[in-house]
Amino acid sequence: MSEVRLPELGEEIEKAVVSFWYFKVGDRVSEDDDLVELTTDKATFNVPAEKNGMLKEIRAKEGSEVKIGEILAVIE
Amino acid sequence: MKQIECIGVARVKDLGLIDYSAAYAIQQETVKSVIEGGPHTLLFSEHPPVFTLGRLATEANFLLSKAEMTKNKIDIVRIDRGGEVTFHGPGQLVIYPILRLTDFGRDLKTYLKKLEDVGIELLRCFGVTAGHMPKQRGVWAGQNKIISIGVGVRKWVSFHGLAVNVNTDLKFFSMIKPCGLDVRMTSLSQLTGKEIRLADVKEEAVKCFGRVFDLNFL
Repeated sequence: MSEVRLPELGEEIEKAVVSFWYFKVGDRVSEDDDLVELTTDKATFNVPAEKNGMLKEIRAKEGSEVKIGEILAVIE
Repeated sequence: MKQIECIGVARVKDLGLIDYSAAYAIQQETVKSVIEGGPHTLLFSEHPPVFTLGRLATEANFLLSKAEMTKNKIDIVRIDRGGEVTFHGPGQLVIYPILRLTDFGRDLKTYLKKLEDVGIELLRCFGVTAGHMPKQRGVWAGQNKIISIGVGVRKWVSFHGLAVNVNTDLKFFSMIKPCGLDVRMTSLSQLTGKEIRLADVKEEAVKCFGRVFDLNFL
């Protein structure tokens, strides 16, 4: 099982907003697939899957605000 | 002889007048090559009239009906990004910097600010004074926006970038609310009262990127 967390995005950035998920719960994902797009201050960035597996859980809904280090999803 | 130390070498690719979607595909290929260790790359392009819609864009961003859009031969492209509506068209220089941001501190805010600094320097080369706008992105001449900025990042490699209104026909902006805001747009030609060649803006843009990002262009 691996937890996908919001990475450090630089000084002064404490949070980001989930714009959308490329996958839904139950989908199979491969290492390096973009999982989710987030937005902060006119920059969008993608968080990729770090391993192959099944997207077991999405913890941060589209439109919600997440903090750096917060768990976004769980891959099994 | 001691070599001048530089953060990196970079190259420029001028895509010329190209459909938004075709340029987007080239951006994605270039992102891949930069992720794999290729050189920092600046892509220059100019697009036929197109409105690009992010995931958040709604019909409310359009002040014209679909039929009128078709009549005006404007393409509408929905793309996989956040944000709202943006316009690209002839006379607008679109710069896509595909840069490895790990070389610039892995900091999104710093990157966005540097892009704005490039824009401010670039406009200064043409005699236009412009600046940052508190709580807004882009480059502004007074209360009017002249350069739009939107950035995408994958594995710390950047894509999307700057849209510099050089000789853009500004009537297109009155058809939308750019970025969802009621913003008045302006252009280099409107501010200087003369037509400026895109080729000259590209040449200066390379120099500005070199200075702001400490890059050596091949």
